[in-house]
Amino acid sequence: MKRTLLTGNSAAAWGARLADVDYVPAFPITPQTEIIETIAEWIDGGRMRSRMVTLESEHSMITAAGAAAATGVRVFTATSSQGLLYGMEMLYTVAGWRVPFVLVNVSRGLSAPITLEPDHNDVLAARDSGFLQIHCATCQEVLDSIILAFRLAEDKRVRLPVIVNMDGFYLSFTREPVEIPDTGSVRQFLPPLDAGDISFRASAPISQATAVLGGSPYSYFRYESHMAATNGLAVYDEAAESFAGLFGRSYGTVEEYRMEGAEIVFVMVGSFATKAREAVDRLRGAGRPVGLLRPRLLRPFPGKALRKLLAGRKGVMVIDQNLSMGKGGVLHMELASALYGHPDAPPVLTSFIGGLGGRDITPEEFYEMVAVTEKAIKDGSTPPPRLLYTKRELDEVRKLQAIANVERRETGKGE
Amino acid sequence: MNEPKFRYMKDLPSARLLGSGTAMCAGCGGLQALHGIYDILGEKTVFINAAGCMTLLSVYPFTPFRGSWLYTSMASAPAGAQGVRDGLDILLEKKRISTEEDLEVVVLTGDGAAYGMGLSSTSGAIERDLDFLYICYDNEGYGNTGQQFSGATPHGARTATSKGPRGFTGFKKDLFSIWAAHRPAYVATIAGAEPLDLANKIEKARNLKGPRLLIAIAPCPTGWDYRPEDSVDIGKLAVRTGIWPLKEYIDGKVVHTKIPHPRLPVEEYLKRQGRFAHLFTPAPDTALIAEIQARVDGYWKGVV
Ligand SMILES: Cc1ncc(C[n+]2csc(CCOP(=O)(O)OP(=O)(O)O)c2C)c(N)n1
Ligand code: SF4
Ligand SMILES: [Mg+2]
Repeated sequence: MKRTLLTGNSAAAWGARLADVDYVPAFPITPQTEIIETIAEWIDGGRMRSRMVTLESEHSMITAAGAAAATGVRVFTATSSQGLLYGMEMLYTVAGWRVPFVLVNVSRGLSAPITLEPDHNDVLAARDSGFLQIHCATCQEVLDSIILAFRLAEDKRVRLPVIVNMDGFYLSFTREPVEIPDTGSVRQFLPPLDAGDISFRASAPISQATAVLGGSPYSYFRYESHMAATNGLAVYDEAAESFAGLFGRSYGTVEEYRMEGAEIVFVMVGSFATKAREAVDRLRGAGRPVGLLRPRLLRPFPGKALRKLLAGRKGVMVIDQNLSMGKGGVLHMELASALYGHPDAPPVLTSFIGGLGGRDITPEEFYEMVAVTEKAIKDGSTPPPRLLYTKRELDEVRKLQAIANVERRETGKGE
Repeated sequence: MNEPKFRYMKDLPSARLLGSGTAMCAGCGGLQALHGIYDILGEKTVFINAAGCMTLLSVYPFTPFRGSWLYTSMASAPAGAQGVRDGLDILLEKKRISTEEDLEVVVLTGDGAAYGMGLSSTSGAIERDLDFLYICYDNEGYGNTGQQFSGATPHGARTATSKGPRGFTGFKKDLFSIWAAHRPAYVATIAGAEPLDLANKIEKARNLKGPRLLIAIAPCPTGWDYRPEDSVDIGKLAVRTGIWPLKEYIDGKVVHTKIPHPRLPVEEYLKRQGRFAHLFTPAPDTALIAEIQARVDGYWKGVV
């Protein structure tokens, strides 16, 4: 099979093109812009038959995405970070409309301080919105996941919008060889949208997204969305199986790496898991029984699959590329709630925060996490969450602060 | 100039299209205007609503509309209209629906959304030349949350957040001019209490393409503090005192459709509403009343 060098962003654009989307509401933000620029170029060149509209904000963009989806057309959109948060009100709103569409989020750390580099606090802020979430680690996976995401979103048992997440810079601007599936097979996997009764038509008047009075109808609709999201697990498995049959690439809800005989296991999402893979290889080389799990689906949460994969292991190290201030890592909490009280659950669950704003996680740090976890297993007590940071980094920051202070004094600006 | 379609009251549709029994207050001037508007626009419409009093028109599982409805958010109803219009256009273009299935897309928001939070999304929709209608019912405050002042509140009015002796110290924003500055297909002001003028403007707007935006004064017994049965009088007085000029913008020109002559003194309008009571009791605030009158006079001086 022929492979083409593509950035994560062009892989995302290819995903939208192959899904034959009708409508692309857009708004630029780094590092997502290449996606909408690529699509715009294809539309202008007649290579893609979609309508693209640049809105004046992400709040409007997500409103337009949901509203167009509510008429029964296939919609694709993309954003990052501040854009995702600017549209947050509408993420929750359009998910409540129960309209299927796909949004690519190119993860980028949130302001303040403002940065362009990735972590997952942006996409995790949408965790409870009703959007399903697929997290990618390679450019191929970005393309494939978009096609999978449409199938998942449009399934009658689900009918919810889906976020496909990739890390800014690490995937968005990194070229990897990607196999671009042929249109015919994609059409076989993802037939044209069957919108069913999702429509606005003169002959079938409908009121959508009306108000409710009281907790009872409100709960009714919220529970319905939750059950639809939960249905997503089985629907996803079916879709992934048929995808593997057609394209030869398997994407489970959780990706396993060297899990055979693993006693302690890293758990993390996104492209930084590639760094963990290398560490696992080296640790295995040194005879240490270490494995890696990378959940691809965060909503619905594949709790059962994770429980099964972790049953009987001695320790789990959760690496969170996010930070919930005053608590710790989000994935750690989610995993703890999935494991707690189950007889075969690993007794030790350590928590590490790393990769914030694109900060590297070095091989030494992976080894250290293993050492900390081995000690916890031996002592039978779990240490508090660790914020990954080295003495050298701290010294660097202090040094810069000192230089800035000296400069301020010398130029008299501090007076 | 074309003859107006509705010349006498008997020309207006006699059956009301919009259902009754909604959660709106008795005497709601906004609802009165909406009745008139809906009678002309008809059921081949989809109303895209922003948060406000009218959100409670459609409460699950009931609606007074014979056509369709989509509630969005306070800020983004025009973007919702963009999505629905584009979606319908795509379906028509790709022949997935027939032209008979097409709908007129109508944004329906209060003044709080129109003058403030939703202004950027309206501006964007006009700039993209979106083919839609925008109806703003202007009750001059955030009515649904208890009538706090908004960008549409008139100078001197008491609101839930301007209870001092001079009422609201700001000035009503000129949304008509802000909209018109975008050079859309049509902008007009209307009043439910002037049904013929309203019907003719809606009829005219209906037959145009592109962005067509209308602001309806919405006398609000609850927020303006008067008896519900006075709503029509107050709407008429708003026009006759010249406080609410009836006008339209089309082909780059502003035309006044009803020039009050003679213009009644503003007191006639102000003294009927509790929100201006502090201008009259315990002692008349002649300075403030004169200031309001002067501003109205100044406006009309520029017109005739
Ligand atoms: C983002 C957001 N902020 C605040 C509100 C609360 N809210 C609901 S209705 C409303 C007032 C809207 O005022 P207006 O547009 O004039 O409509 P009215 O209530 O007067 O009909 C407000 C502030 C909201 N729904 N959404
Ligand atoms: S508060 Fe005013 S605008 Fe709102 S429903 Fe009541 S009368 Fe109408
Ligand atoms: Mg209002």
